[in-house]
Amino acid sequence: MGFENLDKILEEHNLTKSEYERIVEILGREPNITELGVFSVMWSEHCSYKSSRIHLKKLPTKGKRVVQGPGENAGVVDIGDGYVAVFKIESHNHPSFIEPYQGAATGVGGILRDIFTMGARPVAVMDSLRFGSLEKPLNRQIFKGVVAGISGYGNSVGVPTVGGETCFDDSFTYNPLVNVFCLGITKKDKVFYARAKHVGAKVFYAGAKTGRDGIHGATMASAEFDDSLEEKRPNVQVGDPFKEKLLIEACLEAMDKGVVSSIQDMGAAGLTSSSVEMADRGGKGIEIDVSKVPQREEGMTPYEILLSESQERMLIVAEPGRENELKKIFNKWDLDIVEIGQITDSGKFVVREKEKIVAEIPVSSLTSSAPKYDRPYLNIVKSREKEIDNNDYIGKFSIEKIINGFLDDPNIGKKNWVFEQYDHMVQTNTVVYPGRGAAVIRIKGTDKFLTMTVDGNPDYVYLNPYEGTKRIVAESYLNISVTGAEPVGATNCLNFGNPEKPEIMGEFKYAVEGMGDASKFFEIPITGGNVSFYNETNGAAIKPTPVYGLVGIVEGEDNIITSNFKDEGDLIYLVGNLKPDFSGSFYLKKYYKRVEGVLKKTPLEIVKKVGTFLRENVKLIKAANDVSQGGVFVSLLDFITDRFGYFLQIPEVFSPELFLFGETAGMVIVSISSENQYNFEKKLREFSLDFRKIGAVVSESIKIEMLNKIIYVSSLKSFIKRYENAIPKRMEV
Amino acid sequence: MKFGVVVFPGSNCDYDTYHVLNNVMGVPTSFIWHKDTVLSDYDLIVLPGGFSYGDYLRSGAIARFSPVMNAVKEYSEKGGLVLGICNGFQVLLESGLLKGAMLRNRNLHFICKHVYIKVRNINTPFTNALKEGQVLRIPIAHADGNYFASEEDLKNIGANNQIVFQYSDNNGKINDSVNPNGSLLNIAAIINENGNVLGMMPHPERASEKILGSTDGKYIFKSIINYLKNRR
Repeated sequence: MGFENLDKILEEHNLTKSEYERIVEILGREPNITELGVFSVMWSEHCSYKSSRIHLKKLPTKGKRVVQGPGENAGVVDIGDGYVAVFKIESHNHPSFIEPYQGAATGVGGILRDIFTMGARPVAVMDSLRFGSLEKPLNRQIFKGVVAGISGYGNSVGVPTVGGETCFDDSFTYNPLVNVFCLGITKKDKVFYARAKHVGAKVFYAGAKTGRDGIHGATMASAEFDDSLEEKRPNVQVGDPFKEKLLIEACLEAMDKGVVSSIQDMGAAGLTSSSVEMADRGGKGIEIDVSKVPQREEGMTPYEILLSESQERMLIVAEPGRENELKKIFNKWDLDIVEIGQITDSGKFVVREKEKIVAEIPVSSLTSSAPKYDRPYLNIVKSREKEIDNNDYIGKFSIEKIINGFLDDPNIGKKNWVFEQYDHMVQTNTVVYPGRGAAVIRIKGTDKFLTMTVDGNPDYVYLNPYEGTKRIVAESYLNISVTGAEPVGATNCLNFGNPEKPEIMGEFKYAVEGMGDASKFFEIPITGGNVSFYNETNGAAIKPTPVYGLVGIVEGEDNIITSNFKDEGDLIYLVGNLKPDFSGSFYLKKYYKRVEGVLKKTPLEIVKKVGTFLRENVKLIKAANDVSQGGVFVSLLDFITDRFGYFLQIPEVFSPELFLFGETAGMVIVSISSENQYNFEKKLREFSLDFRKIGAVVSESIKIEMLNKIIYVSSLKSFIKRYENAIPKRMEV
Repeated sequence: MKFGVVVFPGSNCDYDTYHVLNNVMGVPTSFIWHKDTVLSDYDLIVLPGGFSYGDYLRSGAIARFSPVMNAVKEYSEKGGLVLGICNGFQVLLESGLLKGAMLRNRNLHFICKHVYIKVRNINTPFTNALKEGQVLRIPIAHADGNYFASEEDLKNIGANNQIVFQYSDNNGKINDSVNPNGSLLNIAAIINENGNVLGMMPHPERASEKILGSTDGKYIFKSIINYLKNRR
């Protein structure tokens, strides 16, 4: 055997010569084309994490609440009273650029399957989205398509999209980021795993038929883009949310009735990876017959069937003896279910087409002993960070101009245009709606609330991957804490450029270390996640974008803190690390066109103290929000209601620009009733936290004063109008 | 008293509706599978929100061929109460139990948000607990909620007091600026001529618990319960 034109075939499969030699060594012979296809997807960056694995080990994964850490479809965290939260975040970046609607839609579909595969009903979705500037038609088109795709799929399956972040920066023009987080809930003793248990158990294929869509999707997500993109459109799968909804109901019913032994969705690398992972996790082998797989198209080869990434498909191992009950449940939901193979003790992945063996590969060679690379890396901090003097960046623009510019910027402007397209209320659990930092959902039948957030800040990470990522973790920690919740577990989505470039690998390595160190400090286990490399087009990479998804718990409705102003006359305070700085700030980027400065060390001790203070003093606090991108001014936007604005007095030690738009880690804004002033300040002193009273809640206006001079005033109505119009005015033309 | 919530493949507000009827309003409630055809046990049939059959073809267009829909038709002809919420309203229109059709929202997007609706007829089994002209705050969540009817149908619907709710502002003012989806006459809900089949786009089940921000949806369910109690 052997291939004529080996170099070309390897290039098409994104395999190196040395990887090919390794395949030959493993098999003791040359692979056939089907086997080569299997190796290429399983060893792709997307499936094998070959460039990231040695670094991901540095992340903390254990904790007293962790039921399941990384290595399964999603992480599982104990939330008490016999319940667990099952959650994970995943990227669908590459497909979303090629075909925004379907790319984003199938991104939602994929992460939902990861969650209900574990026996949990998905109860909340959030997205972290990044696009190029909306001034460009291409970006508007991608943005519109992605939002419509999430809406079209998520709304139909009936899982609320409860929040997330939407940001615009030109480094994402040709590589938009679509990271989707999903959380499900189930009973602790009802969690299912994708681990083959019994030799001889029957393997079933359920759900949609297999077509030629998405072949090489995993390989595509493991390579840079160039101008030949159009040709890749057929690699993007098409989603069918109706089928997904039926699958959710059928799978959860089958699991509940005890007829499922193990179950795995067919995600990236489809039937191949689901079969292989199922066998591998149970230390078994698996044998399947591709001729039995329901097919949508005629004449599909074993290669195509194995590598197809058609959506809405599941691989299910039946509990021995309960096969007919399993089939009956799927038939009730009008879904295909077909026996295609069995679990073996051979330790091999054996694929037949009727009688003929078309592939035979040791399972572990595709998983644990897939290649691992310690790629060379560069520490780029020194070349990017340079000291700046905050005083060099003031006085050039009027405060009014800056404020109006901020309100009119799609990064800052209200995101109603996005989240009103999502059904964020279905399942009737959403207590705090999207658009206000962390979302809060109730768990019916308990007194518990879950709060969740997804956070990133590519500018910080670009300047300093280690400190920048620490700061993101700190920000997430406060995002959760300002709702009154205790953080209990995290997931991450690490979006970077080409890891074969040392500077990108350096960004990745230090970002992971920063995330690991900060998470360890806060004792937050990271129970799973996803790495997306090769976010590059024509050699230009995105800014490094690690996204942190954090989940917290609040016990009791009375312990939830919301962020909207409640009453006129309430006092407004800054609490925590009161050291605003322009380094890496949105202000500097927007008005001076530069991402510059030196990120100060993230004061983790203070951050933690602020979080603890908030949780322990819920009764004194009427509203709270953390200060992050855009500074105090942007944080205050979350407090505004259609009735209440604020009156601010800027302390004279700051310039108005630095006070309003400077950024710092570890600071929150709190509003309290004036009658609690004494107690509140006393508590803050007990915690030895810095604080400063900065203003009060007023009706109908926004007013900012410095040294007894009004430097900004606006009616609330026109202020809100500008704030709400930033995105619609660009999209509804 | 017993309520039934129909489950079509793709219904996704079935459980939410069940939760409110059974756990909040305290009326024993069961699910009715779309292949079931015996409805005689029930005092109210709810067609819930969602995307029945994926809403492929047209919203509600396939659901009307479900076996349960013949039964619902018969049930309504005998005077039984039927409430269609959102997708349920669309199914009622497609089945001909109510007049008119739903077009795509005029901004072409799915819209999920709280809106205000003003009651225009309080003499129905679904609105008797409301005051004349009362305004409710209830969320909508749909892509096809732009109500359309022929001029003649519209005239009849108006003349017979079949418009039950209209989109309004919080003071009950009705104009185009508070019309979220482009519906003719700001129509949010209509009832059939016999007054026992109501279709509404807003989701009362999403506004029936304080923690969710509004309890105005309970007026609808309270009205139904009042009506059934008095009927006995």
